[in-house]
Amino acid sequence: MAAELEFERPIHELEKKIAELKSFMDEKDIDLTDEIKRLEEKLSNLENSTYSEMKPWNRVQIARHAERPTTLDYINYLFTDFIELHGDRLFGDDEAIVGGVAFYKNLPITIIGHQRGKDTKENLRRNFGMPHPEGYRKALRLMKQAEKFNRPIICFIDTKGAYPGKAAEERGQSEAIARNLVEMAGLTVPVICVVIGEGGSGGALALGVGNYVHMLENSTYSVISPEGAAAILWKDASMAKKAAESMRITAPDLKELGIIDEIIEEVKGGAHKDAKYQAELIDQVLETSLDSLLSMSQEELINQRYEKYKKIGQFGFVNDSIVVK
Amino acid sequence: MIKGLFVKKKKYATIPTGKVKQDVPEGIMSKCPECKHIMVTKELRKNLLVCQGCQYHYPMSSQERIAALIDEGTFTEYDADMISGNPLEFPDYVEKLEGDRKKTKINEAVVTGAGQIDSLDVTLAVMDSRFRMGSMGSVVGEKITRAIEHAIDKETPFIIFTASGGARMQEGVLSLMQMAKTSVALKRLSDRGLLFISIMTHPTTGGVSASFASVGDYNFAEPKALIGFAGRRIIEQTIRQELPDDFQTAEFLLKHGQLDKVIHRSEMKKTLSTLLKIHTEGRV
Repeated sequence: MAAELEFERPIHELEKKIAELKSFMDEKDIDLTDEIKRLEEKLSNLENSTYSEMKPWNRVQIARHAERPTTLDYINYLFTDFIELHGDRLFGDDEAIVGGVAFYKNLPITIIGHQRGKDTKENLRRNFGMPHPEGYRKALRLMKQAEKFNRPIICFIDTKGAYPGKAAEERGQSEAIARNLVEMAGLTVPVICVVIGEGGSGGALALGVGNYVHMLENSTYSVISPEGAAAILWKDASMAKKAAESMRITAPDLKELGIIDEIIEEVKGGAHKDAKYQAELIDQVLETSLDSLLSMSQEELINQRYEKYKKIGQFGFVNDSIVVK
Repeated sequence: MIKGLFVKKKKYATIPTGKVKQDVPEGIMSKCPECKHIMVTKELRKNLLVCQGCQYHYPMSSQERIAALIDEGTFTEYDADMISGNPLEFPDYVEKLEGDRKKTKINEAVVTGAGQIDSLDVTLAVMDSRFRMGSMGSVVGEKITRAIEHAIDKETPFIIFTASGGARMQEGVLSLMQMAKTSVALKRLSDRGLLFISIMTHPTTGGVSASFASVGDYNFAEPKALIGFAGRRIIEQTIRQELPDDFQTAEFLLKHGQLDKVIHRSEMKKTLSTLLKIHTEGRV
């Protein structure tokens, strides 16, 4: 049973009540069909209203859900013959990022993604999906390998952010992220990025310069965590809920700001309710995206990426106060 | 140690440090904030805002930096009138921008343009930490990207002086994306075989450190400049350890192989000029 999220409590309570009535009806042999039907209708309405207009903070909670499917879950559902590859050849192997080769419907492909743990033990090993420089450098190594052998690259983004540690700084965290941004810009193969959970700042962007960037409906992408923003803006991390709303970090926000390409629909109530079906929803978008990119030349791919990022931003000029996009 | 792993993390980005707030000196006399040495401000300016006592490098405004570096009368500014919108409708943001414009006499946290260093053409971007801590929002990203495109068109080297607290929080994820935008432009510059020199000045942190600042063909820094990705306090909270005093200074980065050279301000123009000559004469 998934951990209960506060905004889902009314739904769970109603579900419990229906279950109680059903068992009561069986036990006492009293006909409560009408009452149950009425409650089930109410439940369906409640689910629709709760999940169709999700508040930013509710999406944040779903994006961080302990049972939310991870990169390795989607790899399992979407690809065949996956072989994981390790190490940056410079320092070590960062398990906060996984990568490897596989087939996507008979097409050889390289997959790279942030990897959270499913339990405490795995989370310690994977540093809660927060990479060190060697993680970004492993990712870049695999991207260059993909380029050499003309394989498209798919990146799954799911991290709270780069790890703020001493060793990470000593080994050039900034350079490792910056290098990925520049090198991804020049890749001669298709690159598709999908934000599947949290897209936290530079640590997320280091896998995020693609021809297409898609987001799952309840994922987030931000320059700073809502808690971090709240701490700076109001000196109070508990204002995170308010920050989540004002920072515009949800998939619909990013679509509106012209940053992402498509919002990938989620299973009602969040991807964790049915990972396999969620993978199918991702699959549909991946296939169309890949189709359109595979027909492009190397130069067209690089230019498309250039134009895509070049147009992100909002600004104006002193003498015409119109903000252009 | 284990306990530290469960602490909420990732509050980096645009946290200004105390030191950064020292403005460019005003008045007749100036006292060095490091060694308390007192200098006549005029003399201090002549000395490129470097303390004669302890060699402390005062923050430099973009105007002063350009004057100290570019041959007199050769500078043409690009996009001086570009200004920020308020895409997230952030409270007080417009007022803060307006205040900084008045205070600094520039419209945003970076000044870009073309000029000459010892008669050699360069395209230049100079960030200014007095304007919103030099943070990068849409305008900073756009101006730097356009400057890089000018460098490509005119086939000149591109030189940037960074001074920034990182991505500008008030423009949210649009600020983050400026890291990618400037990077795609730098890739194009690099593919054309053009030179890119990055000089990191105090402070160069967060998203600026993790994008263009760190990917020069040459990465230089001024002495003692604070350079790093995550903020010191956040790291200390995360790893539950005190960090060494020189952590994230230019000298620390040099020691860890992250910089080509730390350059004293008095040597800056000469070093850049020599490097430009090496690149000019190397091209047939």
